[in-house]
Amino acid sequence: MPLKTFRQAINDTLVQEMQRDVRVILIGEDIAGGTGCEGDGDAWGGPLGVTKGLISEFGPDRVLDTPISEAAFMGAAVGAAMNGLRPVVDLMFNDFVSVCFDQVCNQAAKCHYMYGGQNSVPMTIRANTGAGISTAAQHSQSLHPVFSFFPGLKVVVPTSPYEAKGLLTTAIRDDDPVIFLETKLLYDMEEDVPDESYEIPFGEANILREGGDVTIVAVGRMVHVATEASAALARKGIECEIIDPRTTSPLDTETILESVEETGRLVIVDETTPRCNFATDVSAMVAQEGFAFLKAPIRMVTAPHTPIPFAPNLEQLYMPDPAKVSAAVQQVVGYQG
Amino acid sequence: METIADFEVQYSQFLSPEGKPSADIPALATDTEKLLDMYRLMTETRVFDTKAINLQRTGKLGTYASCLGHEAAHVGIAAAMRPDDVLAPSYREYGAMLCRGVTMAEILLYWGGDERGSDYAGPRNDFPLCVPIATQCLHAAGAAMAFQLRGEDRCAISINGDGGTSEGAFYEAMNVAGARNLPVVFMVVNNKWAISVPIEMQTATKTLAQKAVAAGIPGIQVDGNDIIAVRHWVERALQRARNGEGACLIEAVTYRLSDHTTADDSSRYRKKEEVEAARTVEPLIRIRQYLTDLGIWDEQKEAALLDEAAAKVDAAVEQYLHTPKPDIESMFDHMYAQWPEQLEEQRQHAIRYGSTDGGSHG
Repeated sequence: MPLKTFRQAINDTLVQEMQRDVRVILIGEDIAGGTGCEGDGDAWGGPLGVTKGLISEFGPDRVLDTPISEAAFMGAAVGAAMNGLRPVVDLMFNDFVSVCFDQVCNQAAKCHYMYGGQNSVPMTIRANTGAGISTAAQHSQSLHPVFSFFPGLKVVVPTSPYEAKGLLTTAIRDDDPVIFLETKLLYDMEEDVPDESYEIPFGEANILREGGDVTIVAVGRMVHVATEASAALARKGIECEIIDPRTTSPLDTETILESVEETGRLVIVDETTPRCNFATDVSAMVAQEGFAFLKAPIRMVTAPHTPIPFAPNLEQLYMPDPAKVSAAVQQVVGYQG
Repeated sequence: METIADFEVQYSQFLSPEGKPSADIPALATDTEKLLDMYRLMTETRVFDTKAINLQRTGKLGTYASCLGHEAAHVGIAAAMRPDDVLAPSYREYGAMLCRGVTMAEILLYWGGDERGSDYAGPRNDFPLCVPIATQCLHAAGAAMAFQLRGEDRCAISINGDGGTSEGAFYEAMNVAGARNLPVVFMVVNNKWAISVPIEMQTATKTLAQKAVAAGIPGIQVDGNDIIAVRHWVERALQRARNGEGACLIEAVTYRLSDHTTADDSSRYRKKEEVEAARTVEPLIRIRQYLTDLGIWDEQKEAALLDEAAAKVDAAVEQYLHTPKPDIESMFDHMYAQWPEQLEEQRQHAIRYGSTDGGSHG
């Protein structure tokens, strides 16, 4: 299997799905770059280079570079999705949902329901997420909990190139609006990824590591932070089971509960602020459904309740890291009641 | 059918690209001290901009948005303002900010990833840099609403680029300003490129000035490389606003001679010839020529100015590099104006966790 970066795996998937289905179009800002000027028109491919090369293969009718208006291209995608196309929208930074919130959370999410089921909204919204490259408070948030709040949306947070390809394929073929969140710090991660296309179903968690002492649930890059912590913890004789839910909506509660039933301990790692996030959601679910399994209180490892600092030194302190995860795990393991 | 509404858009230029008067020069252009002040500031801005890019390239500054080629538009806007007016810029208007009294070290701190850089010692009521596109237009309209309601003789100016004119916020701000007759001036510095998207792909209109028509406010297009034109029309617009005649829109046409930011490489999507052609009409050449023709500028003065500017910039860089990086408390200290005690435990925890010395920006 060829080695591909996270970025390349997404690019490959877009190419394959556009070749497979003429209804799939791309729409967003700066996704082609330099269209309208001669020369190397496809060299840009967005600020993070994910859509590079697509305009030359599929042309400006299927790779639509738009004026800067998130509400305009998001709303247009909703309309197009309800009329026979399957748009893949490039929102760029997930934080930009704030300027098209109505189109995503009030329109895309609710149209199928409010029109009595007559129209589905088969669109995929791709956006980068997360801190770590010093893009300051308005371009670094992890907003999966915000999207997960809305019935009607499906929310995917892939953790590796292999996962990204399978989950994006599922997203594009899905008949509902899907939010596909690409963690900035994962774009250069490499992994073996098959050339042929494949789907990974939504709502089925992936157990990355088995262990009997503590269950760690983490999304996106936090899975890797947890994995790093678990390697060090194993040397201390603590075996962690790491669960990547893949999608925060729908959520595979069954796998999480089964694991907690085995381990009796739960740590949740989430690169968000500590309130009303994915960690609190899982925590509440386990407290309700799996209280009897618990040998220790649930611990959450999150960022503090502050905006994301622009300063690189503070940004590093802001994000959950293996040391923080390790401390939380040792706390639950050492809990004496 | 009869025509019940119509519009026309006027264009103004006083100095040709060669620095020769191309129309009747307004009074301000005969005030040589004012002209020299503006030229000095434009030059300082350019020296600062060059240095900032070098700092980014050597890893001493974060991503930086250059203002190369925008000096006339930016300095011209701020030079027309009164100190107690309010400026709401986007993110590359250093010429305007320096003119308003923001320091070079503050701008460097901001791009160095330090929010303290937006805590200006000078123009306390100016808005900080605004990276989300065109949202500052609404803030300027809101500031103008406050001035109007409090009966203050003040105006607000927002600056956005051509890209921002595609955003809803831009129209919404102009519309509310028109409806409420607000003392605000909307400046569009049209540099022809919204990152990689050229102006002709952003709009079907011939000018951006005519976007004012739908809001019922006047719109004019000026040569944004001609500082006399920019300053003259901004002054006129502010005067109108102070007289209670409401808002207007000014489109200053210039060109982004640099990349969008240091994270961009515009050679991948723009033609070299286009950039080269724009270099020949850039704003410093023509005002320098005009001043030379007036007999108040020469090569010796130019050399002295460049030395002076370099020294000023170097001092600012030193100040920036020696500023200690922000402490972990700063994450919490500026989150709320009224601190909720419920967060104190978390703040203390963060301080214990991150109490290591972060060093300085250098």
